[in-house]
Amino acid sequence: MAVASACSGKQSALDPHGGPAIHVEHLIIGIVAVCTVIWIVVIVVLGLALLRSRRAGAEDANSEGRLTTVVFAAVAASVVIIAGLTIASFYTTRNIGVPGSAALTITVRGQQWWWQVFYAGSDASRGFQTANEIHIPVGTDVQVRLEGVDVIHSFWVPSLAGKQDVVPGRSNSLLLRAEKPGAYRGQCAEFCGLQHSHMAVLVIAEAPADFERWAASQRGDALTPADPDAAAGQVAFLAKPCSACHTVRGTAAKGTTGPDLTHIGGRQTIAAGLLETTRGSLAAWIADPQTLKPGNNMPMVPLTSVELQNISAYMESLK
Amino acid sequence: MTSRNAGALRDTAFDAAEIDRRLAAIWSTTPGVWGALATVDHKVIGRRYITTAFVFLALGGLLSLLMRLQLAQPEARFIGPDRYNQLFTMHGTNMMFLFAVPVMQAMAVYLVPLMVGTRNIAFPRLNAFSYWMYLAGGLLLWIAFVLDTGPDVGWFAYVPLSGPQYAAGKRADIWAQMITFTEVSALAVAVEIVVTVFKHRAPGMSLDRIPLFVWSMLVTSFVVILAMPAIMVASTALILDRLVETHFFNPAEGGDVLLWQHLFWFFGHPEVYIIFLPAVGMVSTIVATFTRRPVFGYLAMVMALIATGILAFGLWVHHMFVAGLPRLGESFFTASSMAIAVPAGLQIFCWLATIWAGRPIFTTPFLFAIGFIVTFVIGGLTGVMVASVPFDTQVHDTYFVVAHFHYVLVGGAVFPLLGALYYWFPKLTGRLMSETRGRWVFGLIFVGFNLTFFPMHILGLQGMPRRIYTYQPEMPWSGLNMFISLSAVILAGGFLLFFIDVIRSARTGAVASSNPWEASTLEWATSSPPPPYNFARLPVVGGLDPLSDRRDVLPVAAGLRVDRRELLVSSIVEATPEAREASSGDSIWPLLAAIATTATLIWSIFTPWAVVWGSIPIAIALIGWFWPKGVPEDES
Amino acid sequence: MTERVFSIAKSVLAVAVLLSLASAGGVLGYLRQPRELRFEPPVAADLDWFRLMSNGIGGTPPESYFALGKPYEADAYNLSQGKRLYAWFGCGTCHGDGRGGVGPSFLDGWWLYGPEMVSIVASIRDGRPHGMPAFRDRLTIEQIWQLAGYVQTIGSYSPKVAAPSRNDDKQTRPAENRGPAIILFDEGPVGVHPDQGPSP
Repeated sequence: MAVASACSGKQSALDPHGGPAIHVEHLIIGIVAVCTVIWIVVIVVLGLALLRSRRAGAEDANSEGRLTTVVFAAVAASVVIIAGLTIASFYTTRNIGVPGSAALTITVRGQQWWWQVFYAGSDASRGFQTANEIHIPVGTDVQVRLEGVDVIHSFWVPSLAGKQDVVPGRSNSLLLRAEKPGAYRGQCAEFCGLQHSHMAVLVIAEAPADFERWAASQRGDALTPADPDAAAGQVAFLAKPCSACHTVRGTAAKGTTGPDLTHIGGRQTIAAGLLETTRGSLAAWIADPQTLKPGNNMPMVPLTSVELQNISAYMESLK
Repeated sequence: MTSRNAGALRDTAFDAAEIDRRLAAIWSTTPGVWGALATVDHKVIGRRYITTAFVFLALGGLLSLLMRLQLAQPEARFIGPDRYNQLFTMHGTNMMFLFAVPVMQAMAVYLVPLMVGTRNIAFPRLNAFSYWMYLAGGLLLWIAFVLDTGPDVGWFAYVPLSGPQYAAGKRADIWAQMITFTEVSALAVAVEIVVTVFKHRAPGMSLDRIPLFVWSMLVTSFVVILAMPAIMVASTALILDRLVETHFFNPAEGGDVLLWQHLFWFFGHPEVYIIFLPAVGMVSTIVATFTRRPVFGYLAMVMALIATGILAFGLWVHHMFVAGLPRLGESFFTASSMAIAVPAGLQIFCWLATIWAGRPIFTTPFLFAIGFIVTFVIGGLTGVMVASVPFDTQVHDTYFVVAHFHYVLVGGAVFPLLGALYYWFPKLTGRLMSETRGRWVFGLIFVGFNLTFFPMHILGLQGMPRRIYTYQPEMPWSGLNMFISLSAVILAGGFLLFFIDVIRSARTGAVASSNPWEASTLEWATSSPPPPYNFARLPVVGGLDPLSDRRDVLPVAAGLRVDRRELLVSSIVEATPEAREASSGDSIWPLLAAIATTATLIWSIFTPWAVVWGSIPIAIALIGWFWPKGVPEDES
Repeated sequence: MTERVFSIAKSVLAVAVLLSLASAGGVLGYLRQPRELRFEPPVAADLDWFRLMSNGIGGTPPESYFALGKPYEADAYNLSQGKRLYAWFGCGTCHGDGRGGVGPSFLDGWWLYGPEMVSIVASIRDGRPHGMPAFRDRLTIEQIWQLAGYVQTIGSYSPKVAAPSRNDDKQTRPAENRGPAIILFDEGPVGVHPDQGPSP
């Protein structure tokens, strides 16, 4: 287990950057340490037993009684250890906190195979929708309400918190909190069909001011493309089946089946964490989604190469 | 025993050779295909069961190699998601329902009647029926898989993914109906074992003289009887939801998707103990034989078995810690999941004490028992870890859990099983397995297993979820995955050598005496392999270790008839003889009943009317099966 | 000894039976259409090239459709995808749960343009008089075939084995795999459909 803590990525229970995940990591380290010691003791006793009895003269008249005492003591010790671990576990549960007291509430809908994210509006500002990328202010408790619409998914950003299932017909919620800015990757953890493997979510924690700036820009409608390629792309986008499934706020595209693309160019990844957002990856994705993510619900729309370039340029311009 | 039926031929009237001849005449299976299909000999059926289960083990292993091939590299294009989902679903379903549970019951079908000193299992025709049902369920699943209709919803088949809306076609129905097949057969065997152990023990084998393996199978059988109905209810409800639009799992019409999880895990968690408890019995037997002393703390072991069997039903919610259940309930299940470590620990301590006090002989079965302790303790300790709710929220549905349950199920059940096969092989086939190859098998499997599965703990903590057909190159998982895939080759090599050893030993292995290990339980009191009637005269048991107590002469009971199949019925507690009972002869009706049931169950995936029309051939088969034979059933 | 020979013969027999079953399965599996998640673009494009009779009713699907094994009528996956499209593209706003509304019903045995796949595909792709819009710019041709297969299944009088089952929603009518057109069939008085445009 010592190896485990040495190498960690941005999606790891051993690389925590948020309150709940940090508490759990302490628990993990504690339990693993205790268990490692227990295992070593058992193996040493086993080794001694094997070696001892290989030497002649293992038979011992009153060994039976002594063994009984030792076994009894071992059972008593395991009861004590088990009780200790149970209490440690309860203590951690209490520390993680109960969702409900959060400053910011975000609704996340797990869909086959992407995450739909809603930020509620208030009197002063309207709410907005995004996909696969959640921004949160650093050092703030954020409540994530999890809504199931098709099958069960599980929302899991290991560096910030443990996972919570997204169950149709039930409302679950989860407390997220990031202690320092950064991008924390998460991934669906409950098997949800063909593209369970490619259903990532990115949580971006940033300073409260940056968060507010981001939220303000997200509230706005899509930018009107300045570049002629992108402008032509917008025309193609609206004329082709794209707009039947996707919304680009401020245009005629009002489809609700697929992710909202109003600010797709500003997101770090596309297709639920499949590719980094670049014009090239957008083109690759639009040209052949069924090769990159077989079975997902985006069809391969026949486009000419010019249309493809223009639409990719348009998507990239939607910052 | 009083002789009321004066005309009947009793074994008291003949010498040993004549008894053997007459018993062989009435107990033997008729040669030929017909005889093979009609046999009710628990040894023939047990061998078949074991062989079939190991065939499924090999097939399931091949699936896992395909998965490892795919996962060796990030974004590999070797297997697409549709096929991969079928692969891991098949692997899990196959290993749990077609290998692990049946093989443990199969060992019991073969060994329990021998170990309790009777001539056949209770309800021998039901036993034949259960095998055919099991075979049919296995074929259904595998043929469907070959036809690209294999289930792709995971071995746990969570709704709604497996429900009517999201699982197109008949894939999920095949999974659900396969459950019915294997559970019918498992329940049948469980009932047979319970009755055999309670009512057919040799005279003198009171409850405190029952071998630990038999105890473990008895407890297992009770767990089967209590747990399996839950999954049959669940899978039937799923088929109903899919076929005739019931709404068990539809929240919009008042159903609940978590109902499925409760029902599934109410079966699914005891399932682990259904697989593990027989292994406890096997390890106890092997350790006792090869340390040349009885297992330390017989009573404690039995109590631990029973406690585990009971606690097994109080843990199921720890599979649902992230489903959003109330906190207080979760805390209860944390405590109970932790608590089951105590009886498991007690068993480990007792084995350690046995080894400490004994003189171990390092044979292959004993090596497997040691390998079991080393790996199972890891599996048990990671079990303690996932019992903690906060810990579980980070590792649930990750490779950590994959590692955990492979340590429990492979380390905790397959290692003992392989040891048990090396140990009982002489009794199964009359030949010994190769000790040299056996050591290699153990070495390769033990090393390969740990190299394959230990790194998965780390992968899980690093955030790698289960059931993904690929992962992206930027994730830090590719190195370990490649390492795991390479290690899997070592593990597969070990199993390949094992299968080679089994086949070669069965044909050319050294011929075994009746008791090659100088073991002390009753199955070693008869020849290897045993004659069709098991014991020429039923043994009388005077202690916990009938063969080691009085190794020279084993007292036997006399008075059973030699002109018809007859068993001794004894009392539950003291095993004092109560009656002689006729045991059924060979019959083709169990096979016909199984065929009729199979047709009905498969047909009923397609139309509910199958249940109505299919019941007619089933009824005919059952009438044939139970047609009165005109024999007085039992005599006191 | 005879028992040994016998048991070997038995296991040989068993292996032979298993092998023949497995190979029979393999052959069948080879013949059977696998779940196809992606057609090559030319194959998909070919689905657009079917011939329709001049009155817009009936016609011939493209050759490639038969070569593919009629995937949009017989394949459960395509039918269930069609069902999702039916919901996603708002077909229900006019056609309800299949029993009609503003638009015609699919369950009453009346197919204004015939029950052939090509007619249904043409209706969806190109639209029809009296309010049926064209979806050629909303859906790809593969999706149109999926949706058409599903629509045909709703009104089928012999329920297909591959037909979808109920959704996890409020239930309004029997699911497609039970043959709602048969269950709900009501002949009604003659001339009950005068408002559904020209009769075929």
